[in-house]
Amino acid sequence: MTDKTVSLPEERRPAGFIKNNLRNYGMLISLLAIMLFFQAMTDGTLLQPLNLTNLVLQNSYIVIMALGMLLVIVTGHIDLSVGSVAGFVGAVAAVLMVRYGIDYPLAFLICLVVGAAIGAAQGYWVAYFGIPSFIVTLAGMLVFKGLALALLQGQSVGPFPPTFQKLSSGFIPEFIPGAGGWHPTSMLIGTALALALVYAAAKARSREQSHGIEVEPYGLFVAKNTALLGVVLYFTYLIASHRGLPNVLVVMTALIALYGFVTRRTVIGRQIYAVGGNAKAAKLSGIKTERLTFLTFVNMGALAALAGLVFAARLNTATPKAGLGFELDVIAACFIGGASAYGGVGRVGGAVIGAMIMGVMNNGMSILGIGIDYQQVIKGLVLLGAVCIDVYNQRR
Amino acid sequence: MAAMLEMRGVSKSFAGVRALRDVTFTVEGGEIHALVGENGAGKSTLMKVLSGVYPYGSYEGSIVFDGEERRFRDINDSEALGIIIIHQELALIPSMTIAENIFLSHPPARFGVIDRDAVYQRTRELLVQVGLRESPDTLVTDLGIGKQQLVEIAKALSKRVRMLILDEPTASLNETDSAALLDRLVEFRRQGIASILISHKLKEVERVADRITVLRDGRTVDGIDCRAETVDEQRIIRSMVNRDLDDRFPERVAMIGEPVLEVKNWSVHHPVHPDRQVIRNINFTVRRGEVVGIAGLNGAGRTEFAMSLFGHAWGVRISGRLVLEGRETNLSSVAAAIGAGLAYASEDRKQLGLILADDVRKNVTLASLHQVASRRVIDEFRELKAANEYRQRMQIRCADVYQETGHLSGGNQQKVVLSKWLMTDPKVLILDEPTRGIDVGAKYEIYRIINELAAAGKGVVMISSEMPELIGICDRIYVMNEGAFVGEFDGAEATQEMIMGAIMRNDRRTDNGARRSSGSAKGRQP
Repeated sequence: MTDKTVSLPEERRPAGFIKNNLRNYGMLISLLAIMLFFQAMTDGTLLQPLNLTNLVLQNSYIVIMALGMLLVIVTGHIDLSVGSVAGFVGAVAAVLMVRYGIDYPLAFLICLVVGAAIGAAQGYWVAYFGIPSFIVTLAGMLVFKGLALALLQGQSVGPFPPTFQKLSSGFIPEFIPGAGGWHPTSMLIGTALALALVYAAAKARSREQSHGIEVEPYGLFVAKNTALLGVVLYFTYLIASHRGLPNVLVVMTALIALYGFVTRRTVIGRQIYAVGGNAKAAKLSGIKTERLTFLTFVNMGALAALAGLVFAARLNTATPKAGLGFELDVIAACFIGGASAYGGVGRVGGAVIGAMIMGVMNNGMSILGIGIDYQQVIKGLVLLGAVCIDVYNQRR
Repeated sequence: MAAMLEMRGVSKSFAGVRALRDVTFTVEGGEIHALVGENGAGKSTLMKVLSGVYPYGSYEGSIVFDGEERRFRDINDSEALGIIIIHQELALIPSMTIAENIFLSHPPARFGVIDRDAVYQRTRELLVQVGLRESPDTLVTDLGIGKQQLVEIAKALSKRVRMLILDEPTASLNETDSAALLDRLVEFRRQGIASILISHKLKEVERVADRITVLRDGRTVDGIDCRAETVDEQRIIRSMVNRDLDDRFPERVAMIGEPVLEVKNWSVHHPVHPDRQVIRNINFTVRRGEVVGIAGLNGAGRTEFAMSLFGHAWGVRISGRLVLEGRETNLSSVAAAIGAGLAYASEDRKQLGLILADDVRKNVTLASLHQVASRRVIDEFRELKAANEYRQRMQIRCADVYQETGHLSGGNQQKVVLSKWLMTDPKVLILDEPTRGIDVGAKYEIYRIINELAAAGKGVVMISSEMPELIGICDRIYVMNEGAFVGEFDGAEATQEMIMGAIMRNDRRTDNGARRSSGSAKGRQP
């Protein structure tokens, strides 16, 4: 036949395996490098149990929104309104719980529905009317910033009921008594999670092998999983030696697992990537592209609402300024995490790592006493640099 | 009269494919010279050489204009001599006025400030010259396509034009606008402006042309002087298509069953201009085990027809009946069409067929994910197995199914698209230009796959601009022109001349149905 013969792609060759997965590992390595850098610069303050716990609490809402933003970006859109929506929902929560004394679970549910409805309202214009998402959500950003201000009448409203505060400032209960400042339950959960991850990786590897799929070299596999096990255990140990696992970390971990699964393994996840990869081809393959775009915005709205609740619970008050500029951190997290601005490309893990890189830099630079002015300059340059490296890698 | 333009021995190739071979083309001052030929015969390439789009040095041969050899570096060089080309796709900016469009590149200006009075004055004069009664202030977007064409001509006249090249200027015009445009060309001839008219409409050509040059496969194959001899349509058509049927086609014994898809009175309007009817009252039948071809020129409406059938993926105000396996069905979404057993493999596999950044596996299963999923969760191994099955069955040449489809050759990409559609297990498969841009070996494999599908009892519809291919593999061939079916031939009896004749002789607008017989007893006019 006259067809050109294709050479074995590099990622299938053992030697090329690391090189080609450098993009995935690269991000994780960058995160670790940044952490080590600040650990050294701050004389060990960064990884002190108290600070690490704070780091998680401070960044949880960014991570939660990055999960939704990733899907929006993968479909080829953007949502600039998430910060305002989070602030607005925080205000709604304050009005419901503080002013009207509505129970925490009911108010919580109402807030999530409000968030989803806001997402639906914006997604409707984007998906079915074809209005650029940049414009629709820019409008939403203004509208909900204004509505939050109006709802709170320009004042801070608080404090929240203590049960609600637990969402952000609470820790999982200790079942094993008598350990003093040490939290064995958290350690056990962390250890179980780490072992489960390694077990799942090993099982997946052997299943792939039994189906004749080439897998990464054994040595690399062992090294990778040992490192993973070590890192998770070490961080669990640090967290457990402060106040144990924060509630919000549990919520976050569950969401990361859920969205990781949805994007990689489900039909709807695959279809979302197809819409972003080539909307016309996806449509001609029977995929309801408009509906999927609409749903990613509904999802984004609900997650922005959750983030708004977490943030309000953390501050223990709803302020008109809440959520200001969150969208920038969230969008930056996705792009630093390797999502493509053209759609179709991006991983949940990448977005989470991107959010953590932003969080560690914020935290580390604050400890070092770098002013908010230069913090922004540095963050901006890191974003530009990360995306430049990505584009450069793709051009090769 | 001395020749105004002489192109001598012009040859041009693209990546090893010869688009023009030793073409000689002469235009005299003040004549209308028609250039005819099939799609891909080399007409546009020749005009791009002439206008400097392909600069001197990128082709062989020479261009002599006004007795001097010219070496155009770009389109500005040819325009400076008064050679102006008007492309089929108009180069107007819709959001600007007529005057702004006409004087887009060289507005009369003083110290960089546009002299508006001069612009309006000149525009008015030019509009009178082309016979367009519109204010210079009218936005181009508010003009019909025929008037836009006239604005393009006015724009050409605003430069000192000596030779006007028009690439299918009447393709999207109605009868009145076409006639008006052709009258302009005759008027220009009186003023000594020569025109080169590329057209597929023999009626038009006969009406205004002084000479006709026929191109086929990049060669000049015929030249007719209309002033000296009467125009013989048969001769032109024969010149256009007369080539050896040297492609190989795999053998097949047709086992044709009952109708699987019947379409009655199918009409479709343009999605952006809902008043424009694009598909006109088509009646169409495909039987089990039958390979049905749809022949026609680019722009005949074949793709639009196929996509409108496929869950209304193109067009608005769609009317007509669609009967699938004897049952009338309304397929108003692509998902419904796929569910009912229809598949459409697009002519544009990169834009509409594949997700190029995704691997073979994901592309193959994209339209049938539910088959490899349980409860909406994809079973990776079932998916892998399915992808590997199709890879083997279609002989897709790739390292493995994890290879990006963007890195595959055209033929293999096409096989991935076919795999995707076969996996949906369709009853009727519409293949739009399935062999476009792929090499001979891969073509043969595609033909073999088509035969297998027909043997398996599926109805196959093949849209192709390559007539030998349609004649080689189809049981029946419909001929489409300007949104309607204008001929139907038995695949075993059809010839290229019969098909081209049906296209060229049919001109809905000037013919008024008084179509001449095709000159062949074998043709059945619907």
